[in-house]
Amino acid sequence: MYTMSSKIKLFSLILIIVGAIGLIYGFIDAPSSVEDVKEMLHAEHDSHGGESVAMEGAHASEEDAHADEHAEHVFHQLQNKPWAAIYVPAIFIFLIALGVFVFYALQNASQSGWSPVLFRVMEGISSYLVPGGIIVYLLLVLSSLHLNHLFVWMDPEVVAHDEIIQNKTAYLNTPFFLIRAAIYIVGWILFSKFIIKNSRKMDEGFDLRLHKRNFKLSAIFLVFFIVTESMMSWDWIMSIDTHWFSTLFGWFVLASILVSAVTTIALVTIYLKGKGYLEHVNNSHIHDLAKFMMGFSIFWAYLWFSQFLLIWYSNIPEEVTYYASRLEDYPVLFFGTVILNWVLPMLILINSDFKRVNWIVVFAGVIILLGHYLNFFVMIMPGTVGESWFIGIPEISSVLLISGVFIYSVFNALAKAPLTVKHSAFLEESKHFHY
Amino acid sequence: MASKVLHAIFTDDDILMQAVKALREKKYSINEVFCPFPVHGLDKAMGLPHTRLAITSFLYGLVGLAIATWMMNFIMIEDWPQNIGGKPSFSYIENMPAFVPIMFEMTVFFAAHLMVITFYMRSKLWPFKKAENPDVRTTDDKFLMEISVNEMNVQAIAEVLHENGASEIKLIDNK
Repeated sequence: MYTMSSKIKLFSLILIIVGAIGLIYGFIDAPSSVEDVKEMLHAEHDSHGGESVAMEGAHASEEDAHADEHAEHVFHQLQNKPWAAIYVPAIFIFLIALGVFVFYALQNASQSGWSPVLFRVMEGISSYLVPGGIIVYLLLVLSSLHLNHLFVWMDPEVVAHDEIIQNKTAYLNTPFFLIRAAIYIVGWILFSKFIIKNSRKMDEGFDLRLHKRNFKLSAIFLVFFIVTESMMSWDWIMSIDTHWFSTLFGWFVLASILVSAVTTIALVTIYLKGKGYLEHVNNSHIHDLAKFMMGFSIFWAYLWFSQFLLIWYSNIPEEVTYYASRLEDYPVLFFGTVILNWVLPMLILINSDFKRVNWIVVFAGVIILLGHYLNFFVMIMPGTVGESWFIGIPEISSVLLISGVFIYSVFNALAKAPLTVKHSAFLEESKHFHY
Repeated sequence: MASKVLHAIFTDDDILMQAVKALREKKYSINEVFCPFPVHGLDKAMGLPHTRLAITSFLYGLVGLAIATWMMNFIMIEDWPQNIGGKPSFSYIENMPAFVPIMFEMTVFFAAHLMVITFYMRSKLWPFKKAENPDVRTTDDKFLMEISVNEMNVQAIAEVLHENGASEIKLIDNK
């Protein structure tokens, strides 16, 4: 039986407090009126050496009008900044927990023989689905109450002047959006509760009916998941760039979720193993997780590139603006994610011996998690804050805040049941798993 | 005494593994083991070094990537940089996404084929090669172990083999 150490409790509380303070600072620091932004832009402009001093009088009023428009534009971006800063880690880490549960369901449905000793780790991480789901849903509700402009289609004034969005309002309207989000989140949580409850019940004695029930539930969940995941990625991520659409977007998000989830399982497993729990986990289990990390990293890169190549190659204006804005304003992050999420994990984890060495897997795992946070950053920021992005206090502290909640609830859940399942159809095989 | 070898026949891979371990414990060296199918863990039990085929494959892949890059750069950018459908052919990097499918396939092609050819060369396999089969039954259901012996130890080795379940033991001249 695992008990949550006071160090972890303290660590996660510090993360939450520091993160919350930083985030509140981010909200306070955001400009409250267009005038502030104008002043700020003016100061910036002067510091650039006043290139436009020799402006002709006839153009002055026109330029002023343009400057006003620009200032308002920047004002909205800066107001969105702390919201987007918290939105990115909120959905990223929630989707990690979801991905872990999907991986767990996959192990059930595929009757895997290697993984039952890791089931409790996966169940523990999946427990973040509840707090994470609440945080995400809260943010979506706040967005639909017009407290921010994360989703441009929620603004009736914008929609009134935008025929493209008008044609999408049958799908993109606030009540339907919130109902859909509720169905996804509640559905995922319910499946996780039922399957994990059966697994806990099995600790009292092996029951073939429970085993079969979990098999069926997992299979049904996977079908439910793939449909809702696809729609979730349209709703929560793609609809930020309302004018743009891509058919493989759901898969692209799925690859990101799965690789981050497997990485999280590996990191938590290595941590618990290092603390002396999980006596049946050997380096072959770590090897298998590392193989999944590398495979899914390559899968992510494949989808990233497929989406990019098709749009770059055909270069149709209505599609290509998505990448044009990213290449213009986020070149380092945009290509940096490819290095962090594909090149480095592939080169580090290609060696079979390296995949058994804990510190190398942890090193690769940290790179992967950072890279996929940035992947979500690059998916969400250009549509919400545009060229005003910066990884500063609000961004970093929201990551700390959400990961503090994540660490607390995961390790709290891990302490609620023995760390190795007592009965599972494949437990014995898993204990002696050797690759 | 001319060099001689013992041929011991086993009927089961578990017994074979046991015999291999017993011989290795007594520091007798095994020349060769012939099996009808891969026996899991036999290479470890015999103490064979790890294969380096994967490393060669990685290097061949790099060669393939380099050749594809050089080829596309020379043809599309340096030799005749035409405007084909508005694709930017001013530098390699500008038009690189279009070359990636070729770079990928060439990497896989080189890595796979050169590795297979390396495997054939290292294990001396080619058409019309004379089969080196000491006993035809080893391709069907028998396992054969070959150990070089001299007058000093032939008796001792034969005894170890017998104790560990060899069903036939033959002393033959090494060709």
